[in-house]
Amino acid sequence: MSTVDLNNVSRWYGNVVAVNDVSMTLGPGVTGLLGPNGAGKTTVLHMMAGFLSPSKGKVLLDGAATWRNPAVYSRLGLVNEREAVHGFLTGYEFVHLSAKMHKLPDPAAAARRALERVEMTDAQDRRLETYSKGMRQRIRVAAAMVHDPQVLLLDEPFNGMDPRQRMHMMSLLHALGDRGHTILFSSHILEEVEQVSGTVQVIVAGRLAASGDYREIRRLMTNRPHVFAVQSSDDRRLAVALIGEESVSGVEIDAAGMTVRASDYGSFTRALPRIALKEGIRLRKLLPSDESLESVFSYLLEA
Amino acid sequence: MSTVAYITTRGLFGRRRALLLLPLPLLLVGLALLCRAYDVPPSDWGTPVLVGLGLAVLLPVITLIVGTGVLGSEVDDGTIVHILTKPLPRRDIILAKLGVAVLVSTVTTAVPLFIAGWLASGWKLGAGLAVAAAVGTCAYSAFFLLLSLLTRRPVLLGLVYILIWEGLLGRFVTGTRVLSIDQYVLTIADKIAPTDLLTGNVSLPVAVIMSVIVTVGCTIAAIDRLRSFSMAGETS
Repeated sequence: MSTVDLNNVSRWYGNVVAVNDVSMTLGPGVTGLLGPNGAGKTTVLHMMAGFLSPSKGKVLLDGAATWRNPAVYSRLGLVNEREAVHGFLTGYEFVHLSAKMHKLPDPAAAARRALERVEMTDAQDRRLETYSKGMRQRIRVAAAMVHDPQVLLLDEPFNGMDPRQRMHMMSLLHALGDRGHTILFSSHILEEVEQVSGTVQVIVAGRLAASGDYREIRRLMTNRPHVFAVQSSDDRRLAVALIGEESVSGVEIDAAGMTVRASDYGSFTRALPRIALKEGIRLRKLLPSDESLESVFSYLLEA
Repeated sequence: MSTVAYITTRGLFGRRRALLLLPLPLLLVGLALLCRAYDVPPSDWGTPVLVGLGLAVLLPVITLIVGTGVLGSEVDDGTIVHILTKPLPRRDIILAKLGVAVLVSTVTTAVPLFIAGWLASGWKLGAGLAVAAAVGTCAYSAFFLLLSLLTRRPVLLGLVYILIWEGLLGRFVTGTRVLSIDQYVLTIADKIAPTDLLTGNVSLPVAVIMSVIVTVGCTIAAIDRLRSFSMAGETS
C-alpha cells in the first residue's frame, strides 16, 4: 500500500503558473485526474513521477521526495503521454529489457506476465515501429507495470485506443486498483473517467477545483447541459425528431451538422440511436463536444 | 554488457545515422592509399591528410555523431523516459552511454588513423595517432554527451565548437588552444611518434591533464544534469 502526497505544490514556468497550490493525497484504488486541455494535469503527473521539480511545496511517495530520487521507480510506474518507444525493439524485448533494468529475479517470467495482462502476447515478436497507436500504448503499460509497482501513473492512457482496447484497459486498471495498487490516470474526457474511477481530482487552470467521489461532483453539474456535435444523413429531420425527446433541451443546425444540447447524458445517448433507427436516418458523427466540458470546469472553478 | 549499454548500441546501429560513420574513414584511408600508390612523398600529403582531415575533421565529427547519438536522440524523441523510469543510479546510465560512445568512436577513428599514419611514416606514427585518437574520443564523447543534456541542438552546437572554436579560432588565436581537444590529441600523437608531419602546440602535461579534466568534468556534470532531467508537459 503506497500513497502519493502533494503538499501545497505550485509549479511555474517564468511568469506562467502551471500548477497553483495543489494539495492532494492518493491512496490505493483508481483515481482519475480530470481537467480540460492545458489545465496542468501533465505537470502534476510529471511532478509525481519525479520528472519536474515543484517550484514550491513537496511531492512525496510514501514520505520520500520523488524529485532526484531514482529509487522511487522500484515502487512507481509511469506511462507518459508522449508515445515514443524504441522502435527497433520487439514488444517482448521492450518489456523484457524493462524487467532487466528493474533487476527483477526472473525478468523473462515478469515480461511474459505483463504481456499477458495487456493481451499483447500475439504481437510480442513484432518490432514496435510496426505497432498501431493502441498497441504501443498497451506495450508501454506492460513495460511500466512489469515490476508490479505499487503506484502507477498514466497520462491520457486511452488516447488512440479502440473501444474494445479501452474497455480492456479500464478493467485492467480496475483490477489493479482492487488489488490495492494506487492508480492515477489523467483524462480530459469526463465520461472516460466516470467509467473507470469513482474518485476524481479535477484540475482547472492549475488549481484543484474539486476532489472526491465523482458522482457527488457530477450531481453539482446537472444544471449544465451536455453538448454533442451530430452529423447524419438528414440533419433537419433528425432535429425535428430529437426536439420531441425529453432529454434534449435544444438543437441548432449549421453547415457542419448540428449541435444538440442534452440535459441528461445517459438518456440522450440511449435515445439517439433509437430515434435514428425509427426515422431511417444514418448517423455519421456523434461527438461529446469538448467545449461543454470546459464550461463545466469553469463553472466548477467559479463555484 | 549492461542493459542500458545494450539498448544504446542497438539504438545507435538501428538508425540510418549509423551510415554517416562510413564515408570519412573510407575517405581518409582512400586518400592515404592513393598518395602511396602514386609515390607522393609523405611530406607533401601527410600533414593535410592526417591532421587536416584525420584529426581536425574525422575524429571530432565521428565522435559528435556517436556522442550525440547515444543520448541526444533519445532525449529528442522522448524514449529516454523508458530508461529513466528505472531505479538505476544516473551515474550508471551516463557511464554505460559514455562507454558505448567511446568504444564505437575509438574503433571508427583509431583504425583508419592507424592505417593512414602507417602508410605515411610507419607503424609507430600509426600507433601514436591511434592512441591519441582514443584519448580524444574520451574527451570529445564526454563533452558531446553533456551537450546533449544542456541543449536541444547538441549537433549544431557541437559543430560550432569543432568548426569555429577549434577550426577557426584555434588557428589564429593561440590562447584558445589550451581549451581545444584537437590540440591535446595532436600533442599526444606527436610525443608518442615524433615526426615532421605533426607539430604539437601545447605541452604534453597540459594535453594530458586537460584531457582528463574535460573527460571527468563533463561526465560528472552530465550525471548531475541527468539527475535533474525534466519533462515539460506538451499540453500544459
